[in-house]
Amino acid sequence: MKFIKFLIVGMIFGIIMTKSEATSWYRIQEMFRFQSFHMYGIIGTAVMIGVIGVALIKKFNVRDFSGEPIQFFPKEKSIMRYLAGGTIFGLGWALTGACPGPMVVNIGYGFLTFGIVFVFALLGTFLYGVVKDKLPH
Amino acid sequence: MIAFLTQPWSWWFSGSMIALVMFSLLFFGKSFGFSANLRTLCTIAGAGKKVKFFQFDWKTQSWNLVFLVGAVLGGFITNQFLSTDEPVQIAQATIQDLSKLGFEAPKSTQPAELFSIESAFSWKGFLLLSIGGLLVGFGARYAGGCTSGHAISGISDLQIPSIIAVVGFFIGGLIMTFGLFPLIFG
Repeated sequence: MKFIKFLIVGMIFGIIMTKSEATSWYRIQEMFRFQSFHMYGIIGTAVMIGVIGVALIKKFNVRDFSGEPIQFFPKEKSIMRYLAGGTIFGLGWALTGACPGPMVVNIGYGFLTFGIVFVFALLGTFLYGVVKDKLPH
Repeated sequence: MIAFLTQPWSWWFSGSMIALVMFSLLFFGKSFGFSANLRTLCTIAGAGKKVKFFQFDWKTQSWNLVFLVGAVLGGFITNQFLSTDEPVQIAQATIQDLSKLGFEAPKSTQPAELFSIESAFSWKGFLLLSIGGLLVGFGARYAGGCTSGHAISGISDLQIPSIIAVVGFFIGGLIMTFGLFPLIFG
């Protein structure tokens, strides 16, 4: 039962992704071609509210539902892994029009061929695990 | 209400709702990052036997897998109850650019040229979807996160690494869109 809340939040996430059309390959193309404000508006709004909310959580030491303080963990400092990893991710994002979340949402919507994309994304993650120590981070 | 929900949502409403998802997860003591699920699923499939990166207690991530299942259900619910099934209203300029690459104007949310069964199981189509998936899965873990973990959660916390990652997302996206698409689809 403790997991049902995550099922509901996930469901809401899936509905948002489809209704905002962020799951659409066309919308991602429009974004990378800088021909519409739509995707920038979505991400920009989320980030603007996010920045304000996170700042408030930190300032007032807001606690979560179980009474523990909400914590944020700084990511390790580096440039290489974020830039190189990000670029590889971006190549795939533009090609398939989907980042990992929208992939599974698309499968649920009925675009079953995203299953191919998702299986190979798993394989890509596995491949990263295999060669991780040989890569510059 | 139903009419409001079945229309495509505006960017400001969608963006606000995404922030709500992120804050809900924070309130439940978790953090919003979808691609971690890819690693978890590799671990469950047994990748930890051979590769150290996958040796961790995946049960700590089971909440995120439940979130993933919810996301699949969310897509299904939209399709069944909240969809008008209209083509995506993208910019005229994009329609024109894509037509030069052999894509017809949108008839739904995804181009049949890439995601129809016929296309996905042609040699070229299968290769494109599989390479695309590989790049996303590899890149997400290399960069330590995807759109949710970096672009939304990370930047909301003003993390420099996340900003660098998003710059990377765009470098890759622009190379693919302007450099490689003409070669692949031209």
